[in-house]
Amino acid sequence: MAATPLPRLEDAPAWRIRWVGYLTILRREWGRIIRIWGQTLVPPAVTAALYFIIFGSLIGRRIGEMDGFDYIQYIAPGLIMMSVITNSFGNVVSSFFGAKFGKHVEELLVAPLPNWLIVCGYVSGGLIRGLIVGLVVTAVALFFTHLPVAHPFIVIASVVLTSIVFSLGGFFNAIFAKNFEQISWFPTFVLTPLTYLGGVFYSVSLLPAWAEKLSHLNPILYMVNAFRYGFLGASDVDVGIAFAITVAAAVVMFAVVVTLMNRGTGIRE
Amino acid sequence: MQALSIRGLAKTYSNGVQALSGIDLEVPEGEFFALLGPNGAGKTTAIGIITSLVTKSAGSVAVFGHDIDRELERAKSCIGLVPQEINFNMFEKVFTIVVNQAGFYGIPRRAAVERAEECLRQLQLWEKRDAIARTLSGGMKRRLMIARALVHRPRLLILDEPTAGVDIEIRRSMWVFLREINARGTTIILTTHYLEEAENLCRQVAIIDRGRIIENDRMSNVVRKLNQETFVLNLRDAASAPPDLPGYAARLLDDHTLEVDVSKDQGLNDIFARLSAQRVEVLSMRNKVNRLEELFMRLVEAPAPVRAGVA
Repeated sequence: MAATPLPRLEDAPAWRIRWVGYLTILRREWGRIIRIWGQTLVPPAVTAALYFIIFGSLIGRRIGEMDGFDYIQYIAPGLIMMSVITNSFGNVVSSFFGAKFGKHVEELLVAPLPNWLIVCGYVSGGLIRGLIVGLVVTAVALFFTHLPVAHPFIVIASVVLTSIVFSLGGFFNAIFAKNFEQISWFPTFVLTPLTYLGGVFYSVSLLPAWAEKLSHLNPILYMVNAFRYGFLGASDVDVGIAFAITVAAAVVMFAVVVTLMNRGTGIRE
Repeated sequence: MQALSIRGLAKTYSNGVQALSGIDLEVPEGEFFALLGPNGAGKTTAIGIITSLVTKSAGSVAVFGHDIDRELERAKSCIGLVPQEINFNMFEKVFTIVVNQAGFYGIPRRAAVERAEECLRQLQLWEKRDAIARTLSGGMKRRLMIARALVHRPRLLILDEPTAGVDIEIRRSMWVFLREINARGTTIILTTHYLEEAENLCRQVAIIDRGRIIENDRMSNVVRKLNQETFVLNLRDAASAPPDLPGYAARLLDDHTLEVDVSKDQGLNDIFARLSAQRVEVLSMRNKVNRLEELFMRLVEAPAPVRAGVA
């Protein structure tokens, strides 16, 4: 019955379909980040500038040194990492939940792409936003203080791994969220407290023994300190353990998120 | 080659609702196939399973021989879906939506751009390529979903009520377009509430009700199964009583409108001869309802055991 034989897309190599599909998700995420730059890139710069003015320049001078560094210098890596964490998480949770809510996630679900690739696409989007915001906040920090880089590889590795972990966290949140309230619940009640208590503004060695021990249960403490070690060469935790925890968190969360996608949790009936 | 092969497909939702009760369906390559049924019959669930938007409870589905349990990605490559509900990003540009969809199917950027232009021109949306999707009219949104579904040149196009809410002019232009792509070799499965649409376009029809296939045959055979049609005749002169038509059920709807039931073994010539003999002049005539609609109503209104027997 067919008048002209149709080209058969299903005969194309799977790797090519996946690679082009991945780049397309990435391009769409990039387009979203740039399209709403007023929401994605500007607020972290403003917030960081306020932190540096208030905690660095105004209060910081009275605090003096911490771990042998000016207070403003000490908190700079933590503030950069805090922005990376919240923006990586926020990018993926809002983008994927938005796609669920608007039903255009179906564009991806009907396409010949495996679920792990869809996760990689969104996580890469979160990583890109996290890194851009990290650069923006670093630029803001340089207006207020000098920031040495003791171990460049550790700086890059820790920020990339942490961004991946929290992008996966955003994906996890988006899978279970049924309304917009539920995508703000986790950042408000879990992410922000853990970040603030994760050694961004202080060294945990200043805490009472019990609080210091308790702080070591907070994974963000390891990520912030590995990042700070990369800049200043000072850390409250063993950097090797920090990397092990971050890599393990990334692997476990990736496995969990892909498993949930394969089960259809939150996306398929 | 079967474009679609379904065996024992069943779906029970988590709330206990059994949407599909083990249906079997074969759609040959090149077919223009109608899948009809009342609301909640299981049509959208079946389409959801075929396109992997819904997980099945039991049974098997193969698209051009690719089983969705073993070769899901290959099966998906063959399908283009136009869903019932609008499901594109309302804040993206028309062109971006179509180009991205091509990318999700692995079509490299340059080819995706060319194909997007081709599809948007075919669906008369090229002038709107830079418009944000939410600013489109209802008919344009429907056409955008068709353009998006066609951009990877699927061998099987599934349209779930594609003309719902669009005006008659656009609907008819869509019919022409769908006939053209079917003639070029694309297999089409269509669900619609407009039974006239199914009768006009489709050569094969399956009727699904309460999760079961209750009819599956050539459209011509299905329509032939009707043993009675009702015609509405407009009369030139006012009548105070129905004309004398022995053997026919005839009634006056008003003094100028006569309704006559005509069974399969009766002919219109006989009616006109009798009316002429009584000097009753007929100005025009039409079917009371679409023929398929009449059969459809009979099938879905039949008691459940009878319908199970039909399947």
